[in-house]
Amino acid sequence: MSTLITPVKQDLGWRLFFRTVIARAYPRVIGQMREKAWIIFETFLPFLATAGYVYVYRAIQAPEDYIGFAVMGGAMTAFWLNVMWMMASQLYWEKENGNLALYIMAPNSLMAILLGMAVGGLFATTLRAAIIMILGTWLFQVNFVVSSFVQLFAVFSLTMVALYGLGMLFASLFLLFGREAWQIVMMLQEPVYLLSGFYFPVRSFGFVVATIASLLPLTLGMDAMRQLVFASGPTLGFISVPIEIGALVVLSAGFIAAAKYWLSRIERLAIQEGTLTDRRR
Amino acid sequence: MDALAIKTESLGRIYKIRGSKKGEPKERVALSNVNLDVPRGEFFGLLGPNGAGKTTLIKILVTLLAPSSGRALVAGYDVAKEPQNVRPRINMVSGGESSGYGLLTVRENLWMFGQFYGLDNNTTWRRVDELLEIVGLKDRANTKTSDLSTGLRQKMNIVRGFLTDPDVIFLDEPTLGLDVNASRDIRNFVRNWMAERPGRTVLLTTHTMAEADELCDRTAIINAGKVLACDSPAVLKKRLQREVIFHIDVSPLRNGALAAFNTMPGVRKATHNALDGKSELDLILTEDHVLTEVISTLSSHGAHILNLQKREPTLEDVFVDLVGLSMAEAEKSE
Repeated sequence: MSTLITPVKQDLGWRLFFRTVIARAYPRVIGQMREKAWIIFETFLPFLATAGYVYVYRAIQAPEDYIGFAVMGGAMTAFWLNVMWMMASQLYWEKENGNLALYIMAPNSLMAILLGMAVGGLFATTLRAAIIMILGTWLFQVNFVVSSFVQLFAVFSLTMVALYGLGMLFASLFLLFGREAWQIVMMLQEPVYLLSGFYFPVRSFGFVVATIASLLPLTLGMDAMRQLVFASGPTLGFISVPIEIGALVVLSAGFIAAAKYWLSRIERLAIQEGTLTDRRR
Repeated sequence: MDALAIKTESLGRIYKIRGSKKGEPKERVALSNVNLDVPRGEFFGLLGPNGAGKTTLIKILVTLLAPSSGRALVAGYDVAKEPQNVRPRINMVSGGESSGYGLLTVRENLWMFGQFYGLDNNTTWRRVDELLEIVGLKDRANTKTSDLSTGLRQKMNIVRGFLTDPDVIFLDEPTLGLDVNASRDIRNFVRNWMAERPGRTVLLTTHTMAEADELCDRTAIINAGKVLACDSPAVLKKRLQREVIFHIDVSPLRNGALAAFNTMPGVRKATHNALDGKSELDLILTEDHVLTEVISTLSSHGAHILNLQKREPTLEDVFVDLVGLSMAEAEKSE
């Protein structure tokens, strides 16, 4: 057997960073085409919960915009689930199947790996969210009145950056927890559904609770989007859209900086203690 | 690059044992005072039972674990202080590895890992295809990884490790769990890869003596975290050339017989392996004539000789000579 083959030239620096992001995003993007079960489990089944809220609102004769709130909440749920199950606990699963050791001993940065997971996850989840949104709008005759497309785009983008930044931060921290990460994900899932106001305006909580809940990017993001796409949105909003955009910028920068800091700190700590790649420890 | 591919100086690693109860040890010494010099271009073996410290040593050398004491250099760089300089120059393949993603094909998984090392797309695809052909996996290039058998998956792992053409490659039990043919293919591939460019270095850990004997220029025998000997397999075996080695199959032995051999003059080492319906004895004797005494002792313990063979020393005998236990016994005691 000969091994005389094409010589190797390695990129380092930012080229390596972007190659790594694209390569790590690839399995998530291609997974959409290969494993079609997600259409049932991650689109149709969550849609049933949304439909439940719609029928409750109809039964109590709530204003028609509340139907739109529920449909939008149902779509945004997909992002939260993706962040918790496919971002936060992902490095732990990568450790279990042996990928994490290979990621660390490669010359790339772990931030690039996390960013690749986030980009791939965002792409895949946007597809799910779009299906829920389109299906809900069509079935329940949701009426959108968009006041500013530019602001809507800015709010959605910033919400995603902040949310996936939070996911990257969780991913770093969950490396410390090992198997308990699973329980932590379960523990966080429902309270966040409630606090983020997936199916109702967060203003109902009162100022103090809504302010605390605003540490979650989805709370501010959904509140701002409701204000921008529904006629009654501004009257039911928590704070003004420009302030929410400012807060989302701060949250985005804060979560990403915190993720970078913790990832590097935990990587160092784990290499010291020998816990990073050993499934038994 | 430094003339030495790998250098360790008084390298040690201690693990803290979490949740140890009162009276139980709080620490476990995994490596102690390891000094190794591996020149570029050498096929170097680390031979020892499970738990000897081989994988700990490899993890330190590939920057996944910090040493507790001493230091290690790979390709001239300190693994603890300059991991960013070590990582582009190395790669690792472990036995029983399940890396990558099952829903990706073999080609896609390999492309992904190539990207993590900064290989451009054209180079990656070309090298992937060439290497898959060399290891006989080209016809499975578009098969999902989850559909591969253990042997084929390990061939893919081997391609992943060699895809980046590292200066130093670490092979941690690469043929673990593979059948004879797959193991032979992998050994041939690694040997050819070494032969084609002087300066490439392989560090192989194994507990398969024949593999170390066949492949390695030099071998370090490691047990309980310490390097007991380090030389070429031929020189290591020469240690035992003045002794004679017998392999004897006998009817099941009672405990007293083995104890008798351990104290018998002229018997340097005796190891015993109880099998179904018979016992295997491996004896290192100082001289041929000691065998007479051995046979009479076996008779006095009521054992019948089924087979008796005089043989050349192997690395297993060297291990027994150094440790006092066979590799299997050392693993049990660990």
